Amino acid sequence: MTAALAASLSSQGHSFLSPTGVEIVFVLVGLAVLGAAVLTVSTSQLVHAALWLVVALGGLAIEYLLLTAEFIAWVQVLIYLGSVVVLVLFGLMLTRAPIGRSPDADSGNRWVALGLAVVAAGTLVTLVVDAFRCTWMDLPASGSTSVNGSTQANGEVLFRYWVLPFEALSVLLLAALVGAIVLSRRHREEG
Amino acid sequence: MNPVNYLYLAALLFTIGATGVLVRRNAIVLFMCVELMLNASNLALVTFSRLHGNLDGQIIAFFTMVVAAAEVVVGLAIIVSVFRTRHSASVDDTNLMKL
Repeated sequence: MTAALAASLSSQGHSFLSPTGVEIVFVLVGLAVLGAAVLTVSTSQLVHAALWLVVALGGLAIEYLLLTAEFIAWVQVLIYLGSVVVLVLFGLMLTRAPIGRSPDADSGNRWVALGLAVVAAGTLVTLVVDAFRCTWMDLPASGSTSVNGSTQANGEVLFRYWVLPFEALSVLLLAALVGAIVLSRRHREEG
Repeated sequence: MNPVNYLYLAALLFTIGATGVLVRRNAIVLFMCVELMLNASNLALVTFSRLHGNLDGQIIAFFTMVVAAAEVVVGLAIIVSVFRTRHSASVDDTNLMKL
């Protein structure tokens, strides 16, 4: 009995005491992402919040790489770090955000929000535990290409099965472009 | 490797973003918190794609990123135009739908 148990344990591979490199990187980067996210939400210097957001999003790109989603990781770096954060910084400058501390940055219902946040975190985490308690995923062997998120694999799936949503997205981007121009244009009579 | 860990991270990140939306007052910081929530859902989608062994989750995450970029562009335009008329980027001061 104990021999069979030990055999099954040893065939299962490693335990918590002998983590693989992927798990170590996951834990370190995950803690960095969580810390940066908390700082983004809680700092009273608005420009610092945007810079902490860069750290959080970059850490998420590393997590995507750990999940072998290579294409998504680079899209994350290009779109989020490259354009969204820059746009947000532009927005902060255009609305003349105070450089330095701004004590009125928080709204008044801080404690209600914190209580709600704790309840929501507990619900989500218990839901996840309940749903995926017994699920394991095996990393593919180094030679196999079972799930790789490389650009080639993503492109094949994208243009074989997802062509219509892709084209719809291009129309959406055009609409967003035109809408942003219309919204931010000054009217002629105002100046 | 247990995928639950990635989903934990996604759930906690989503909660942090939601807390930020509830707590903060500046509209652009609210935007950043929404971006955090979108990224948490993206992480969950990529994890599901890894679990099920097909790429659909990654494609949907890619679409989410594109939609988020469009959302940021239009939202910032709205915030800047509101700032022009009200001289404030605080969401508490914006209580009318008209400019």
